[in-house]
Formats: sequence, C-alpha cells, structure tokens
Amino acid sequence: MGDATVGLDRRPVLLLTPAFFAIIALVVIPMAFILVYSFYENIDLAVDKVAFQFGNWKEVATDSYYHNAIWKTLRISLTVTVLAALLGYIPAYFIAMTKFRHKWLLLLLLILPFWVSFIIRTLSWIHILGNQGALNGLFVTLGLVGEPIRMMFNEFSVMLGLVHVFLPYMILNIYVSLEGIDGNLEPAARTLGAKPWQAFKEVTLPLSMPGLAAGSLLVFVLTGGSYVTPLILGGPSDFLFGNLIYDAVVTELNWPMGATLSFTLLVLLGAVVVIYSRFMGLNQLSKAFG
Amino acid sequence: MTKKMDDTQRYERLREAVGNGDISRRSFFGLLGSAAITTGLTGGIMTTMANQARAAGMELNFEGWGGIVSEALRKHAFNPYEAATGNKVIDATFGGENEVLTKIKAAGSTNGHNILHSSGVNWYKRWVDNGYGVELNEDNIPNIKNVMESIIAPFREITPNSLSAVPYDYGTTGIAYNTKYVSEEEAMALGADLLLKKDLKGKIGGWGGDWANRAWYGALQSGQDPNNIQDWDAVWDKAREHRDLVLKYWGSGAELMDLLAKEEIYVTEAWSGRVAALKKQGHPIAYMDPPNGLAWMESMFVLKGSPVAAAEELLNFMLAPETAIAVAAGQNYPSSLDPTKVEMPESVSSLPAFDPTGKLEGLVFRDPIKWNAAEKDQSKKWNRVKKGA
Repeated sequence: MGDATVGLDRRPVLLLTPAFFAIIALVVIPMAFILVYSFYENIDLAVDKVAFQFGNWKEVATDSYYHNAIWKTLRISLTVTVLAALLGYIPAYFIAMTKFRHKWLLLLLLILPFWVSFIIRTLSWIHILGNQGALNGLFVTLGLVGEPIRMMFNEFSVMLGLVHVFLPYMILNIYVSLEGIDGNLEPAARTLGAKPWQAFKEVTLPLSMPGLAAGSLLVFVLTGGSYVTPLILGGPSDFLFGNLIYDAVVTELNWPMGATLSFTLLVLLGAVVVIYSRFMGLNQLSKAFG
Repeated sequence: MTKKMDDTQRYERLREAVGNGDISRRSFFGLLGSAAITTGLTGGIMTTMANQARAAGMELNFEGWGGIVSEALRKHAFNPYEAATGNKVIDATFGGENEVLTKIKAAGSTNGHNILHSSGVNWYKRWVDNGYGVELNEDNIPNIKNVMESIIAPFREITPNSLSAVPYDYGTTGIAYNTKYVSEEEAMALGADLLLKKDLKGKIGGWGGDWANRAWYGALQSGQDPNNIQDWDAVWDKAREHRDLVLKYWGSGAELMDLLAKEEIYVTEAWSGRVAALKKQGHPIAYMDPPNGLAWMESMFVLKGSPVAAAEELLNFMLAPETAIAVAAGQNYPSSLDPTKVEMPESVSSLPAFDPTGKLEGLVFRDPIKWNAAEKDQSKKWNRVKKGA
C-alpha cells in the first residue's frame, strides 16, 4: 500500500494544470460572460440594462432572418470544406510521396502564406479577379472577351477567398496523416494484384481519413466563423452568420444581441464537433497529427 | 514622425495608389513583396524601437478616416505640430466611430484614445450623452475665433457651456458618376434617382457603413424631407430597390475610390472630397449634390481622460489659417474657418460644397435629435435590408 502511494505519478496533473487554468481563464470565463450578457437588455445604442430575460434568445429562435443566415453559413461552410478537401488532397499526397530531397522546401511553401496578413491575402483577389485585374487583363489582351467579365463581389469570389485562406490547414492535416502511413502498404497491395488506383482507394485513402476528417473539421469551423472575407469579396447578399454578429456588436452597438448570436454560433459549431466526434471519434484528431 | 499603421493599412494605401494609377501594377507587386519580406524580417525589432521612442514624450492618440484625409492631416498638421512642440501624435484609422465606441466600451476606459475626427453633430451628441466629453477652454484655442459661427452653433446647442470638440471641416455626400457612361444632363435630371437607374444594374455602389446615409437617400427617393421622415417603410422600399442594383456596398473612402477608379461601378453616393481627389488624378468622375443632398460637418473631438492642455494646443495649431488651409486643400474638404474672416485660396474655394458666405445656409445637415432617436430601430432595419431582407 505504502509503495502504491509513493509511486503515484503526479507529473501529468502538474503538466496539465497550466493548460487547464489557461483554458478556464481564456475560454470558459469569457464564454460565461458572453452567456450572461445575452440575457441583458439593450435600451439604446451602447446602453444595456442588467436583466435576466429571454427576449434576445426568443428573437433568434423565431426570426427567419437568423435562420436563413444559419442555413447560408452551413451551406457555404460545407461547400468550402468539400472544395478544400478535393483541392487539398492532391498537393498533400504529392508532398508526402515525393522523393524530392528538399521536402522541407515544399512544406515551407505551404506555410509561406501565413507570413502575409489574412486580410491582405483576401484583398489580393481584387487584383486577380477584378475588372482591371490580372485575369480580365489577360482575357481582354488575348481577345477572348470584348470587355471584362464580372468575377468579383459574388458568392463565387467569397468561396474562392475562403478556400484560398483555409486550404493550407487542409493540406497540412492530410499531409501529416499520409506521412504516417507505412510506405510498404501500397506496394504490398500492388504485389497482391491491386491496380494503382485500387491500391490508393482501398489502402491509402482509408488510412488518410483521420487527416482528411480533421482538416475538414477545421476548415468547416473556421469558415463558419468567418466574417471578413464576405465583407471584402462579397456583394450585398453574400454574408455569413459572423457578419450578423459584427452588425449587432459594432454597427448597432447592441451587445446583448451580439452575445446571443455569438453563443448561437458557438453552439452550432460545437454541434458539428459533437457530430464529428460521434462518427469519427475525437481521438482521430490526435491520429491526424501523428 | 510617429505613425501607427499596420500592414493592412499600408496595403490599402498602396492599393488605392495603384487603383488611381499613381503606380504601375508591376511596381505594386514589387512593393507588396518587399513589404512582406521587410515585415517578416524587421517588424518585431522596429516595433520595439518605436515603442521605446514613443515612451520618451507627451503623446496624443488620434483616430481618423484614413487615406488622403489622414495623409493631409499628417503632412500639414501633425508633422509641423510635432516639430514645433516636441509632442507626438500617434494617428490611426478607424472604420467608423461606432468601432471606437465599441473598443472603449469593451476596454472600460478611453486609454489609447484621445482625439477623434468625429463625423456629424449626431456623433458629437452621442459621445457627450455617453459621458465621454471634456470641457475645452476656448481661451487656450484662440484660433477658434476664426471658425464660422454657423458651424459652431449646432455643437453649442448640445453643450451650451463649453465645447468638447472644435468643428474642423465640412462636406457633402452626393452622387459620383462616371462621365463615360452617364451624361451630366441625365445625372442632373435624375438627381437622387440616378442611384436607382435599372440600366446600370451591377454598376451601382453604395455606402454600407452608415444606415442614416442610406435612409437619407431613401427619403429623397421617396419624396420625403430627410429631416422629417414620416414613412420609414417607403424609405426602406427605396433602399431595397437600390440594393437589387448594387454591385458592392463600400466600407471606406479608399474602397470607394478604388471601385470608381477601376470602373467596377459607374454610379454611387460618394464623399465630395474623395471624388475631388479622383478628378485631380484624371479619372472621368463627376459629382453632384442632388436637391436636399446630405451635408455634414466634422469636428476634432477630445475624449474624456485625454491630456486636455496638450489637446487644446494641438487643436489651436490645427486651426491656424496656414495649417487649416493646407489640410483642406490636401484632404479636399473645405475648412471650418470663416471665409469672410480668412481669405481662402482657389485650392480651397474651388472644392465641392465650399460656402463663400460662411453661413452654410445652402447645405442641409442631419438633425441629431431626430436621427439619433430613430437610430436603434432603423440601423437594425438597414442591416437586414442590406442583406436581402
């Protein structure tokens, strides 16, 4: 008995304690404040009354304006996630499988965009897709079109901007997952008669699913919480739920409603994580990261 | 020179310059690449050094509208002020005063915020009503005697005993149009309804940042007096009609100029000074104020908790005729100085909205009592209409 007491390893507790308190201080307490604020009442712009009432929650639950925004956000998030998965798998596969001696260079190229501000990367599309942008300039110069094609300020440009910004997260997750697969498995499948595509489909792809799923979860959640990209690249009807939060907090100076909407978004995106956990298991995330 | 400007603001300025044709696309991408590398390599060191330098003297934090307006203030007011006094002005750009109010409210103090380039008497009232005003000693701002009485009067109505700001400039939000696609005759004939011309669908813009601006034009288009709106539904119906034709609601003066210069849009409501800047740069953009078009006055508002004596010194410096005139010519908005007391050069007297009488009788301003009272409900309505509701 005495030996068991002496042998109790306290190191995990000690190591986890700082992270635990950091999460309490930086996530749980602020979120609790937001939840409490959602019950306050906005009297006038920037003037709130301490109260415990459900007016804001009732409005969110019953107003179709918010329901449409939720639907639109989920639809755009899903589309962006699928596009990022399709576009991200190929470079991730290439980086993982290449025999190129300087693989680190490819990984560096992948993280290079993070050196430039997210907003600047988003704004750069105006110079590519705009009326006087690079693409229209090329098309007009080649005589393919008589006048510039409208490619900006619509849902297409918003999705493009979101895919562009979040694609590295997808690629990195898939890459890490692919990198962890035993390199002998695919050749083994080939020796057993599988065609290259068949070997990929039945061996590599299933084994890389944790990375693909983790990347998809990240891209979905990040897209769902975006608001700057639609502001910059979207037209009047291109917005996400985050833009409604911005409106409530910054332009209407209605913090209680902003808090209600923020918590609603948190619950929605949290539900996505729960669904992911139900089907994939959150432990798959750790597998994705090696 | 002390200048608080992040990468995004640098980029926006650069983008504005390339949009206006001031630099070539090749140079733009070269500068952009250099900026990224420089930021990566030296950003941290420079920020540390700048912080140490700032700690050395009296500092005033100024927040304004960015672009050519901030450039004019920096060049013609802040730099000479710093050289003359040894004090520092740290200027930054805001997206609107509601953004500043949100930050102050979130922080629970005005630390880091001293002087705002505040727009409209309605915002003066809001700042004062929320307890963020100060009592300026006008004896310490002798140059205020040259400011038009007509522009000070609305501020004195709100705070009769003392001012918390000095009026500094004024302008209008009229309609800009590309003369390659819209003739002057047509623009004049249509007035505010030019923004509703169906043939221009997808080539019309609008300011998305201010519900009252949209409502003002909705009132004009629905035949109502903007300062006495009776039928708000009619106003928002017109806003919806406009929305269905709009390519993009712009959110800053830089974006407005960019969209017009690149011919992404041909018609939009616009700030007079920004259009004047585009015209100077040779773009075929004309400007008109429709009957009862929206005029506004801007002030330099001193926030509670600021070093008032230093702020008064800066305001007096900014109101000195040579400074105010240089800033006015630079930012393309007429000065608040009375042209019957201070002779204005042609560079100022030729600006849109300039009133040589100093009485401002030809301009229609927002009635802060009526507009502030409607703001809670109507700003919410506008955010919904803007998004398709």
